[in-house]
Amino acid sequence: MVKPIIEVRELTAAYGEDVILENLSFDVRRGEVFVILGGSGCGKSTLMKSLIGLLPPTRGRILIDGGDLHSAAGPERESLLKKFGVMYQSGALFGSMTLEENVTLAMEEFTGLPPDARRLVARMKLSLVGLERFSGHFPSEVSGGMQKRAAIARAMALDPEVLFLDEPSAGLDPVTSAGLDELILSLNKNLGVSFVIVSHELASIYAVADRVIMLDQTQKGMIAEGAPADLRDRDANPFVHAFFHREAARA
Amino acid sequence: MKDGGREDIEKNTGMDFDRNTGRLNLGERLDAAGVPELWSVLADEKKSLRKADATALKTCDGAGLAFLWSLRKESGVEIEGLSPEIAARLKPFDHLPDAAADAPDRGDPLLIHIGRASSQIFRDIRAQIAFIGEFVVTARICLANPRLVRWGDMWMTAQRAGVDALVVAGMVSFLTGMIMAFQSAVPLRQFGVDLFVVNLVALALLREMGPIMTAVVLAGRSGSAFAAEIGTMKVNEEIDALTTMGLDPMRFLVVPRVLAGLLVTPVLTIYASALGVAGGFLVMMVRGFPFMALWNQLVGAIGVSDLMTGVIKSFVFGVLVAGVGCLRGLQTGTGASAVGVSTTRAVVSGIFLIVTVDAVFAAIFYALKW
Repeated sequence: MVKPIIEVRELTAAYGEDVILENLSFDVRRGEVFVILGGSGCGKSTLMKSLIGLLPPTRGRILIDGGDLHSAAGPERESLLKKFGVMYQSGALFGSMTLEENVTLAMEEFTGLPPDARRLVARMKLSLVGLERFSGHFPSEVSGGMQKRAAIARAMALDPEVLFLDEPSAGLDPVTSAGLDELILSLNKNLGVSFVIVSHELASIYAVADRVIMLDQTQKGMIAEGAPADLRDRDANPFVHAFFHREAARA
Repeated sequence: MKDGGREDIEKNTGMDFDRNTGRLNLGERLDAAGVPELWSVLADEKKSLRKADATALKTCDGAGLAFLWSLRKESGVEIEGLSPEIAARLKPFDHLPDAAADAPDRGDPLLIHIGRASSQIFRDIRAQIAFIGEFVVTARICLANPRLVRWGDMWMTAQRAGVDALVVAGMVSFLTGMIMAFQSAVPLRQFGVDLFVVNLVALALLREMGPIMTAVVLAGRSGSAFAAEIGTMKVNEEIDALTTMGLDPMRFLVVPRVLAGLLVTPVLTIYASALGVAGGFLVMMVRGFPFMALWNQLVGAIGVSDLMTGVIKSFVFGVLVAGVGCLRGLQTGTGASAVGVSTTRAVVSGIFLIVTVDAVFAAIFYALKW
């Protein structure tokens, strides 16, 4: 059996005394598109922060390709960080750099590639997300959807094995959002990149997700796991049912 | 045909290059670790490279794909034996142009640059005049109906801009008084008029240095804070929210801050000037002058007009510093650097206005023989 790319074991995440997630365990398989779902305040962003190393777990372990990011230090941590890339909700591109410079930044720091090679790799990454013509533009000179695609290109700069996307569809029109879904599928299929996506856009989830987990605020953990269509058609949990059928919450 | 450096590269990357046939045999891996060395081979042997054999190549990352693309497209090298997986990953880049797309043209000829900068200065002056006009209208409405003023915000701002600035404004002024006394005592002693140090320090501080230094401290502390606070609200669309809720940002944000500036600046100025004179006194007492002699000299040297000169100026400086801080905040653009730019502009404009208006005051007081 192939080792999962991410293993979460009995994770408890908290801000001070405020426990957000308790005893959460799950795996992300290699090459799959994995979506984290849930209502507002259920801990999706907290889980994302823990997975990418920004919020140390109060208890439990998170292993990325077998390595524990939170306990690793020095070169070991650096090598674990290179295994994943992150696209933040706002894109978080550096406004003072062109799209090409945003993509080359990590290569400049972590590889010995000469400038010509870095620029070519950046152009290739940007061409994968359809932005080759905009390599010399600053983030403020392109649209919100383009910024998100450029952020994906930046996240792929070091050929990570897994990409974390935080609310990729947020603030995008349905057409741009569908384009982004296609891009995710194409990168997943052609490059074999695994995806961990935080989202609550049902249309996108059906389009891209191989597997989803649903978090719940009251349970402080996972209440459902499976393929999106299975959860929609078969899950008995009332909240899961309401979520997938877009029903208003009942008091 | 091999040299020492080339042998190392061949050992590290697993490649083998025969210059006679122009054939490059690639190793098993082509990744960011080995590509930098291969890139130098590509640069050196561009002309002699003809064919590349990728039969042994099994692992290839983004940097490796870039190397293969460059071999094929830029150097015209024929690549043989590429595995179907790697060929498929290279395929999306078949139509990647050889050269990077041109960046948008941002370089303007000097003349256009000068014209644009001049136009910006005029637009800025117009914005300041419009802002003053808008403020005066709003202030008049607020004066007619004081309940419209957000007094809670005004007192809070007054505390932050005034009470919290007591230490820094006092220290700056006290030390300035000491420095002036030290610097003037020696030359005045040569003429036997050491005691006139008190006149110099007191007049300079009450009429000029006290109001100016207090205003500069306020520009650095409070003008910048107003710009950052309002600028952040602008970036977060909070100003738009106020406007669409029917709440005038001028009344809601600017009037309380300008009133606070108007209130605290004269008080701070009097306090700072007094401490500056005390600094001068301290130096003179250390030099052996009794306190009462210094006090009598001070009482004889300054008049109400000297005190009023400073106070009148400080009212104007207070309005200017608070007003320009708010204006720069409201002018904040978008992006991460916008608030920083507004803050810097608030301080620079504040200090520039303080000095300019002080020069105007100097001319007016001279004409009035104050």
